[in-house]
Amino acid sequence: MKRYGIWKYVLIISVLCVGIIYALPNLYAPDPAVQVSYNSSSQSPDANLVNRIETILADGNSETRIEASDDYVLIRTTSSDDQLKVKSALSNNLGGDVIVALNLAPTTPQWLSNLGAEPMKLGLDLRGGVHFLMEVDTAAAIKNRQNGTLQDIKRRLREEKIRYSGAFVEDDLSISVKFQNEKVFNEAKDFLDDNYSQFLGSPDSKEPLMISLVLAELEIDQIKSDAIDQNLTTLRNRVNELGVSEPIVQRQGKTRIVVQLPGIQDTAEAKKILGKTATLEFHLEAQLDTPRTRKTNYPFKGQTGPGAELQDAVILGGDQVATAQASFDENGLPQVNITLDGQGGGRMHRATRGSIGKRLGVLFVEQKTRTKYEIDDSGQKVPVLETYEIKEIISLATIRAALGTTFRITGLDSPSESSELALLLRAGALAAPMRFVEERTVGPSLGADNIDAGILSMQLGMAMVLLFILVYYRVFGIAASLALSFNIILLIAVMSILSATLTLPGIAGIVLTVGMAVDANVLIFSRIREELAKGRKPLDAIDAGYDRAFLTIWDANFTTLIVAIVLYSLGTGAIKGFSITLSIGIITSMFTAIMGTRAFINIIYGNKKDLSRLSI
Amino acid sequence: MTFNVDFMAWRKIALIVSSVLVLVSISSLVFKELNYGLDFTGGSLVELSYPEPADLNSIRSTLKAAGYDGAQVANFGSNQEVLIKLPGSLSDTLGAEIVAVLKNDLSGSDIDLRRIEYVGPQIGDELRDDGGLAMILALAFMMLYIAFRFQSMFAGAAVAALVHDVIVVLGIFSLFGLDFDLTVLAALLAVIGYSLNDTIVVSDRIRENLRSEIESSTTELINISLNQTLGRTIITSLTTLLVLFSLYLMGGELIKNFALALIFGVVVGTYSSIYIASNALIMMGLSKDHLKVEDTENPDPYDLP
Repeated sequence: MKRYGIWKYVLIISVLCVGIIYALPNLYAPDPAVQVSYNSSSQSPDANLVNRIETILADGNSETRIEASDDYVLIRTTSSDDQLKVKSALSNNLGGDVIVALNLAPTTPQWLSNLGAEPMKLGLDLRGGVHFLMEVDTAAAIKNRQNGTLQDIKRRLREEKIRYSGAFVEDDLSISVKFQNEKVFNEAKDFLDDNYSQFLGSPDSKEPLMISLVLAELEIDQIKSDAIDQNLTTLRNRVNELGVSEPIVQRQGKTRIVVQLPGIQDTAEAKKILGKTATLEFHLEAQLDTPRTRKTNYPFKGQTGPGAELQDAVILGGDQVATAQASFDENGLPQVNITLDGQGGGRMHRATRGSIGKRLGVLFVEQKTRTKYEIDDSGQKVPVLETYEIKEIISLATIRAALGTTFRITGLDSPSESSELALLLRAGALAAPMRFVEERTVGPSLGADNIDAGILSMQLGMAMVLLFILVYYRVFGIAASLALSFNIILLIAVMSILSATLTLPGIAGIVLTVGMAVDANVLIFSRIREELAKGRKPLDAIDAGYDRAFLTIWDANFTTLIVAIVLYSLGTGAIKGFSITLSIGIITSMFTAIMGTRAFINIIYGNKKDLSRLSI
Repeated sequence: MTFNVDFMAWRKIALIVSSVLVLVSISSLVFKELNYGLDFTGGSLVELSYPEPADLNSIRSTLKAAGYDGAQVANFGSNQEVLIKLPGSLSDTLGAEIVAVLKNDLSGSDIDLRRIEYVGPQIGDELRDDGGLAMILALAFMMLYIAFRFQSMFAGAAVAALVHDVIVVLGIFSLFGLDFDLTVLAALLAVIGYSLNDTIVVSDRIRENLRSEIESSTTELINISLNQTLGRTIITSLTTLLVLFSLYLMGGELIKNFALALIFGVVVGTYSSIYIASNALIMMGLSKDHLKVEDTENPDPYDLP
């Protein structure tokens, strides 16, 4: 029989130890907890905050433990009922400068945390929460951008004294500029070629004397990508305002954003804040001499009665608002400080320097969808999704000086009004409207049931398989059982190290791995039995069994791995969770089923040179 | 375990059985179609838990009175759990509205919300496309790998077996009107993985025996190979079925169809690696010549591709 190098034993034992250490944190059930942090991310929790929390919780009868970290104060409770009580007590009494969120605080012992061992994250289907998938309307982002550029072109052509007879954004999102005669046309063409090189500027063939500015494909992709990034940032801010621990806000595919809010129970509230598919527009107030075709009347937000007339030209959009913060001025009156990005600041300056004393209006544009019923050709009522916009004025303030990148809105009635306005200004910073294309809410009770069901089926499946192989393969069955248990530990350790998220389909993947991982051992043991039947000596039969089965195991596992990888790369949600555990399980099972059992068998039989039969 | 079953004597009958299975499956898929779940059709779904056995009729009438005409109300798992489906709905707020309506109802104040799902119509179409694409890609990659590791005839045989398995499992789901959702799609892809595993193990042995000194016909050698691997095939299928049954019985409602698809898949996959893959090899005319070992310096057949 082949000797098994000492280094192999060392390797197996080290892997087993590392596996146990990193799988261990999963045995400690997390505490239901509440986390409190300051609104502004720069402010760390201080003794003051801890004192306020202690005072509020002092008269409650919930058993709590308060811990402060760099990012938040954590209040651990002993049951989810207490957790909810503590949360409502804190959010009702702490005031507006903090965010109160539910959390599941790990109870990993210190020595394990020091080694970097943390438990697996649980997916929404196991801990409850909301999952949203939103589609970003990237066409709208391009249209916004083109409208901005159009204003810019018009202004600069006027400055250059190049007279155009018409300029507009076409339905295909190109910009068309028309001219009276050849001379101006050529002048303009040179000017535009020089200054707007991002366009594939070409004289349009449909009409003479018209310049069509078509965006290059690359430029379009860039705008789309920027729009999604901007929306991601905005959504992250909004999610922070919701107060959720460990939220996920991620891009998915080309035009979608996935948002996961674990532990959220009030889904309506979450949707209200996330679903504020709103953008902002800054307009100058219309003057008496503004032609009727260039102004529109809008209502004030939250008020009935007459609104105000604003000019149709948009100075800038919400995507150019970098921050908006409620604060107080020198006299202690509420105000909102606004910071624009560089381009926005320039536009704001040009638009306002000649309009001092006039008023600047901020429009809040909300994108909503409703279902309308239409009669189709066959006379049936079919639902049609319709998007519509609501535009309301959230602020109309007099311009005191030419505005730049930073300016403030004063004259607000109360601090609550200023913080509301700041929130709207920030929240409005979406580069493009979004709508919900998928929503999944899992209640906490279902989450708990799913965990129980998952664990129970794993235990039952494992027990049956272990029993079967012990009975069927005896001593070799012990080796296979140990390998199988080792495999589960390793699988959980690897998932914890990768901070993979465990979902219900993920548990199904683990259970399936249990069933299939035995296959490698079955292959090896069947071979050994065959070799014994052929009359080989026991130890030679073991060697031959392992050697000959290896390639088969490799081929079989490798092809299954291909399937798992294809699944992972194309699948979403449920499928991804399943394929992750399946692939990790395949890899770890190769190690445990081949190396692990071999080491065990060698320890048992390796030294018995005159062995006459095997317990297989 | 040693076996001496004359599998190949039954191969003509197996061919007929498989053809019938595949034909029935395809016709069911064409005429009856799959009972697509919410993931694919789009729409809304609400799962509620009542403190006592729920009165489905009163829920139906409450919903009807509130104007939700197309709502399908059914028990889910137990008689306290209620599943309300609104296929084809286009509103992402419908689920929450329904919960509000039922909670306002006299008997419904203690309802526990288990889950709400809304899937937009475009998502379903994409999932179907992506699922199909995933399956084709998985098959293509495996064909390449098998052709590289074994020989192109084995690749063809393996794919024939896999296509057979997928069609038959889909056919069963269609024929019995079982819910086909995202987890079932994942299960179907896992079936490909499992069945392939089986097919490879068998093919591996066939290749080994064809290269060996034994002088017999291909059919005979395949029969020997099948018998040699039969013990392993049975035991692996058994352990896998054990865990699948435990998933089916204990894993909860959401996992039931996933487990069921895999159970069908394991059974069909085991059968197909015996009859479809081997039959295909015989029909393609595989012989010892196709696996001639050219390198005479290295006669160990296990180390050769």
